[in-house]
Amino acid sequence: MVKLVAQTPCHGLLPISLGDISLTEVTPQAIFSYAPFAGQTRGASEALKTHHGVAMPRPGRVATKEDVTAMWFGQDQVLVLGARADAGLATFGAVTDQSDAWAIVELHGAATLDILARLTPVDVAAMRTNDTARSLIQHMSASLTRLAEDRFQLVVMRSMARTLVHDLTMAATGLAARQKIIQE
Amino acid sequence: MRLPCPICGDRDRREFYYMGDAVALHRPAPDAGEDAWDDYLHLRDNPCGRTRDLWMHEAGCSAWIVVERDTATHEVFGATLARKVKR
Repeated sequence: MVKLVAQTPCHGLLPISLGDISLTEVTPQAIFSYAPFAGQTRGASEALKTHHGVAMPRPGRVATKEDVTAMWFGQDQVLVLGARADAGLATFGAVTDQSDAWAIVELHGAATLDILARLTPVDVAAMRTNDTARSLIQHMSASLTRLAEDRFQLVVMRSMARTLVHDLTMAATGLAARQKIIQE
Repeated sequence: MRLPCPICGDRDRREFYYMGDAVALHRPAPDAGEDAWDDYLHLRDNPCGRTRDLWMHEAGCSAWIVVERDTATHEVFGATLARKVKR
């Protein structure tokens, strides 16, 4: 019988270090999306709080409790990372298991904002810690979350993992080359 | 051009998909007659000035929004969620 070997979305691509920039993959134990039914947002938020310890974050925000992160992921939708959905959630909203569906990368280093400025139209410098945005990275639909001053979490569809790593690498390399010219 | 998404705030035009005149929100009744349906499906004005258009925040929150803007001055006056306009 064929023995299947599980591979993470960025298997063989990450981690990468370029100068002071590091790219690392994040692999939550499980991921699911939660979309409250019409008029059920309050009930959904309470259910999420009861079963997973975090309430529904407001648009553009992230809420974390221990290993579970609830991340706003679009109109009336949150992505919950680090937990399997409790059956009690289904009363108030649609639950979809999305484990393994997303490539999640952490970009860390002093040049983080400059690299992202080359890749996305969203104003990353104006984002506060725990702000999240759905936007584009080059032509890819993506989610960008500011984890700290110099640290961002980027989420794209799993099939786009290689493209994401390529785009980030090219931007970081180009930026470093330009800074080297300026210094000389 | 930046569009004011009611959910996400001001965002770049690249994140949006353009649908055309917000007349699409006002579908005629099934028995409204051929003229009403012909008008709804095929006939559009081409105004110079204020327009109300449907846009979708495709790369953002996925919401359909109605944007009011001026085709002559390119001024954007504001945007409303389409589902609120509809209600």
